Amino acid sequence: MCLAVPGKILSLKNNNAEVDFSGVRRQVSLDLVPDARKNDYVLVHAGFAIQVLEPKEAEETLKLFAEIYGKDHADASGPLGHTNP
Amino acid sequence: MKNSDRFSSPLWRDRALGAAAVAEMEKLAPRAAALTGGRVNFMEVCGTHTMAIAASGMRKLFPAELKMLSGPGCPVCVTSQGDIDRVLALAEMPGVIITTFGDMLKVKGSKGLDLHAMREKGADIRVVYSPLDAVELAAAEPARQVVFIGVGFETTAPVIAGAVARAKAAGLKNFSSTAFFKLVPPALELLLSDPENRIHGFMLPGHVSAIIGLEPYRFVAEKHKVPCVVTGFEPLDILTGINMLLRQIVAGKALVEDEYFRVVRKAGNPAAQRLMAEVFTVSAASWRAIGTVPATGLEFSAAYAAFDAVRRFKIPYRDAPEPKGCLCGGILLGKALPPDCKLFGKVCTPSNAVGPCMVSSEGACAAWFKYGA
Repeated sequence: MCLAVPGKILSLKNNNAEVDFSGVRRQVSLDLVPDARKNDYVLVHAGFAIQVLEPKEAEETLKLFAEIYGKDHADASGPLGHTNP
Repeated sequence: MKNSDRFSSPLWRDRALGAAAVAEMEKLAPRAAALTGGRVNFMEVCGTHTMAIAASGMRKLFPAELKMLSGPGCPVCVTSQGDIDRVLALAEMPGVIITTFGDMLKVKGSKGLDLHAMREKGADIRVVYSPLDAVELAAAEPARQVVFIGVGFETTAPVIAGAVARAKAAGLKNFSSTAFFKLVPPALELLLSDPENRIHGFMLPGHVSAIIGLEPYRFVAEKHKVPCVVTGFEPLDILTGINMLLRQIVAGKALVEDEYFRVVRKAGNPAAQRLMAEVFTVSAASWRAIGTVPATGLEFSAAYAAFDAVRRFKIPYRDAPEPKGCLCGGILLGKALPPDCKLFGKVCTPSNAVGPCMVSSEGACAAWFKYGA
């Protein structure tokens, strides 16, 4: 039930956005992400955007995967991800 | 790479990288297990992880020393039998339209009925994609009472808070919702304070954490010394989350790490937290197999009490027994896996489910039944 899907904001008006999910368009509430803007990527759960996504960070994750699991780094022991604090 | 491709890239499911991740797991697991009594037990707290793990088939690749337990993270599964009975009592109210996520339709109450059966008997029950659909329905049907069945965790609670706030702003008098919400950090405390607890690490739910952030989990690492990794839902996320947990054990550390930092920020989503705190307040919640526990759930705040469906229709809470022989409770607490249940796959199947872990598409039993071990 905590499924959430990324999509791109095509347009917005009064905290309601039209969001493109790889070709499928839906109305999404931006009440939980008041700072979201046109062309932002948002993660959508049950009709509400719950977070703004950063394509940079997705790419960074993919790069980290390639680095730690790439064939030259089979025994990587460096940190992955962000630690609190 | 185009921006749109970064979130749906096939790299998230890349076979060669996955094989390398499993190879690393095979190296790390025996080293970790040597420090944890021969076996490492991790719990994926979230039902969406349970489903993602099962659907990927990766369980077969896990080293023998590693056991992934499903936790109390399937909303329908953790809802007490008493609250399920309240949902069915709401559906019996004349003139009421029940709106719900689909998962709730086939959960049986203590008299053996479910919403699906009530619909056949004439109740007006509609599956919606969003609680906003229920608010729109209430606006379109002013002569009917529209009730949304709100269950879930911190991912769903702010969404329902948002819908309720919109209903209030629109002055709708015929919309209400249940607030059978559960909170993840107190659920972890419940698991960890059990003397029989044998969990060595938590794969923390990605989308609950998108809302609440990392701070609420600090006590797990600091007080209980149990490693935590907030993890995404792609196969490589999950394999990496497990490896990060194993590495913490090997290094003798207990930290709250964030593998899913493309979505989860340290502070979570403050706007969602504010709205959730405006509409709801922390309260006792009744959990399947655990009972009613103070400060583990949410109820309507005083300012929004008029939108509380069980208050509006005066539906009291009554304890009700769980289905006989059903092991859902033990499974939710990480004490058993679905094949340990005598009913699993024999009496209890998705088409004739006894317990909620088989009913919900995110339940551990449904996942094991559909995809096998």
